[in-house]
Amino acid sequence: MAAKLPLSRREFVKGTGGLLIGFSLADSAIVPQLLSAAVPPQAASTTPSPARLDAWLRIEKDETIRVFTGKAEIGMGVETAYSQIVAEELDVAPARVAFVMGDTAETADQGGVGGSTSVAQGAKPLRNASATARFLLLQLAATRLGVPPDQLEVKDGIVSVKGDPSKHISYGELAGGTDLNDALNVSGAGFGLNVQGAGKPKDPASYTVVGTSLPRVDMPAKILGHFTYITDVRVPGMLHGRVIRPAGVGATPATVDEKSLQGIPGVVKVVVKGNFVGVVAENEWSAIRAAKALKIGWSAPVQAFPEREDLYRHMRAATPKATRVMANQGDAAAVLATATKKVESSYEWPFQSHASMGPGCAVADFQPAGVTTIWSGAQKPHALQQGIAQLLNLSADKVHVIWVEDSGSYGRGGYEDTAGDAALLSQAVGRPVRVQWMRADMTAWGAKGPASVFDLSAALDAAGSVTALQYTSRAFSGTEILPQPNSAGNLLGAQLSGVANTTGADEFAVWGDMAPRYEFPNLHAVGYVVPTFYATGSPLRGTHLRDPGGPATTFAVESFMDELAASVGADPIEFRLKYIGNDARAKAVLASVAEHAKWDRRPSPKKPAASAEVVAGRGVALAIRNGTYVATVAEVEVARRTGLVHVKRIVCVHDCGLIVNPEGLRAVISANLMQSLGRALKEEVTFNRSNVTSVDWTTYPVTRASDVPEQIDIVLLNRPDLPPGGAGEPSSRPTAAAIANAVFDATGVRVRQAPLSPARVKAAWGTAVSA
Amino acid sequence: MNTNTSLKVNGQTHAVSADSDCPLLYVLRDDLALHNPRFGCGLGQCGACTVIVDGRAVRSCLLPLSRAAGKEIVTLEGLGTLEKPHPVQAAFIAEQTFQCGYCLNGWVMSAKALLDQNPNPSDAEMRKAFESLVCRCGSHARIFSAVRRAAASMRAAANLSDAQRSA
Ligand code: FES
Ligand code: FES
Repeated sequence: MAAKLPLSRREFVKGTGGLLIGFSLADSAIVPQLLSAAVPPQAASTTPSPARLDAWLRIEKDETIRVFTGKAEIGMGVETAYSQIVAEELDVAPARVAFVMGDTAETADQGGVGGSTSVAQGAKPLRNASATARFLLLQLAATRLGVPPDQLEVKDGIVSVKGDPSKHISYGELAGGTDLNDALNVSGAGFGLNVQGAGKPKDPASYTVVGTSLPRVDMPAKILGHFTYITDVRVPGMLHGRVIRPAGVGATPATVDEKSLQGIPGVVKVVVKGNFVGVVAENEWSAIRAAKALKIGWSAPVQAFPEREDLYRHMRAATPKATRVMANQGDAAAVLATATKKVESSYEWPFQSHASMGPGCAVADFQPAGVTTIWSGAQKPHALQQGIAQLLNLSADKVHVIWVEDSGSYGRGGYEDTAGDAALLSQAVGRPVRVQWMRADMTAWGAKGPASVFDLSAALDAAGSVTALQYTSRAFSGTEILPQPNSAGNLLGAQLSGVANTTGADEFAVWGDMAPRYEFPNLHAVGYVVPTFYATGSPLRGTHLRDPGGPATTFAVESFMDELAASVGADPIEFRLKYIGNDARAKAVLASVAEHAKWDRRPSPKKPAASAEVVAGRGVALAIRNGTYVATVAEVEVARRTGLVHVKRIVCVHDCGLIVNPEGLRAVISANLMQSLGRALKEEVTFNRSNVTSVDWTTYPVTRASDVPEQIDIVLLNRPDLPPGGAGEPSSRPTAAAIANAVFDATGVRVRQAPLSPARVKAAWGTAVSA
Repeated sequence: MNTNTSLKVNGQTHAVSADSDCPLLYVLRDDLALHNPRFGCGLGQCGACTVIVDGRAVRSCLLPLSRAAGKEIVTLEGLGTLEKPHPVQAAFIAEQTFQCGYCLNGWVMSAKALLDQNPNPSDAEMRKAFESLVCRCGSHARIFSAVRRAAASMRAAANLSDAQRSA
């Protein structure tokens, strides 16, 4: 078979409502194409049943293995990992495997992307379906070749008789064009959806493709400029929309002066629905101009937020919305009350923005009598189908969501909301509308990773052992906006137009889950959820941002462990080992990071020369997340005059069980480290009484070239005996704590508020010196 | 007001009818279907929209169409092909550089512009040249490796052709 072009084999759109978009791989014309085909409008759009093998995988005549998955690529290489997993079970070259991802009419509902579960859980049904397909293909081949299946072998999709390779037949010849229809047993749903068929997956010990560094299948097309992102989707008759967000929380457009748009050509409509305002125009520039020029008399916004410097005071004083005791062993309060030595500290973590590189884009084609199509890069297309249906007052089978890759989303930042905006505008004008958010629509108005505060106290005995620990967290809920956009009220545009958010839930900053579960004889952990500032249409609404709750909670707990170690003059790694219990994997990552960082065993802080302009230090932090273990050491330099923290080196040891693709994993970890470095040092959503004032890359700074450490060491501990765990998020988790601990080691000053911006570090240091 | 403008992009001349104030970015993307210059901020802060104009990396989200007329514009589409990728593209592919890749247009085009001016940038020069670019996913470390690789391969190719010339 001719070698396949090294291009992404993702097929993202099937015929719908007369449209067909796809890639032409023919000859040199490798460009996204838009064709108008005579497909009649559909009556309904239903999601395939996962109980059928052909809902997961089809063998095509040209030997392509077409895989259908409700998961999606959000830039971390899951398509590549899935190619390997399917190729492994079927004994084909990974380049033969092509994907349809996240299309609600073509793929089973696997809950979409979230929680670093795409490989750990999401690959299971693909693995099982592939094993079953291989089993069935071997049975077919046995009949055709006249030998029992156990006398057959498969090499790159060619089945041949062992010892007589002249007798052979290919998968495509066996099944090409006809569907391999077999009933599968279905268990679970959403993220946990799984299927079992007649074929048993291979023993991981025999893997030859899984565990190798197959290059990212989407990378050449992207770098050569042949890749189609959501922003590149164009459909015939399409108009361009822009949204105009309120002048502040709760502000209402009392007057809208359409005359202010005179002179802007091609304006089609100004859409006002409650506090939702949008403009639609024939071309993009006119839509941008109109959105800027439209004169709106906004009512005075609600002063819903405290002043920014009062945020943490407000959170501590607010009557909690919900309370949860997370651990209660012994009597921590009593031990603390009589302790001779106590350590008490508080930590604070701000709102952070997903601030995705692409500010959000979607295309909607509202069809009152047929099927409405939504093109979107949101992580959970099947849930979005429900939410859009509710928004447009349609039944779910009248909405077809076609997932097309957007830029990295890192959680439920806003691509869902962009889709809602496009749906509202398309409904208003009766034509397909492409909505491209402007920068502030994402950075300021996207949902946020919630702020949290932590109070910890511990009692120590004369021997320097911790006898009791108390943990209190107060956080805005990370699921005020559910990661699943399965109701209209989940979507910002709907909220602004007056739909209540009825599906929000309480999410706490959880001891022992979002930070390592250390063991103490007396332990009390309690969490509170702080009520939201404003229930509908607030730019400070909380949702999942990469590793929800993890970086914040670990910043608090791992900083506190460091403070405890320092208080008894213990080495930070040795101190942690004493309280981590019997967790061998935790011990192993700590031991490994000590070795690779050439950790110098001593208590912190290192005493700097009093006059040094730049002081250096090292810090460690541990993270355990759903069976993935990470230990990170940061080596920093802190400049006395400016308070600027520069990370010189990061060493990250990572154990996520079996590794599917080592090089791909390294890339994911490296990116997580750089992103979380920015969250540790720079990222903080600012606001005034009615508005978020972090609106762009200047007011919401993230990692830049000058922040990148001179040395980054990533150490992978492979555990082929363990199932693959999540890797998308865990390495984001310990970075902030490791850096804060290194800053303490360098300066002797503990910074307990993130991010560790120059102003904050300088202020803390200055106070410490003068005190 | 729409005006007729002649644009020279990737060696081809196009007649476009658009508002002369319209930033080049939207003309490239919407009128010429050149989608690799990407919208990231529209404010000159991220570089996703970078194109090369008369040899210099320029942010097309801020460049009015009227000021692009008559210039030599190169977009990512004009760098290389599948069969013959530009050395910068080849290096970025070899290093498996990006996560989502939405930012890559800015980095690849800026890297090309940098290496055209300075074939052997120091680490500090590279950081300085890239400080105004954003990669929200955090692919920076691999981007640096890719630029070093591209620089080395371009220098090797240049030395080779020097050697061939003098031979
Ligand atoms: S889009 Fe032009 S600099 Fe960001
Ligand atoms: S790789 Fe996603 S923004 Fe750079």
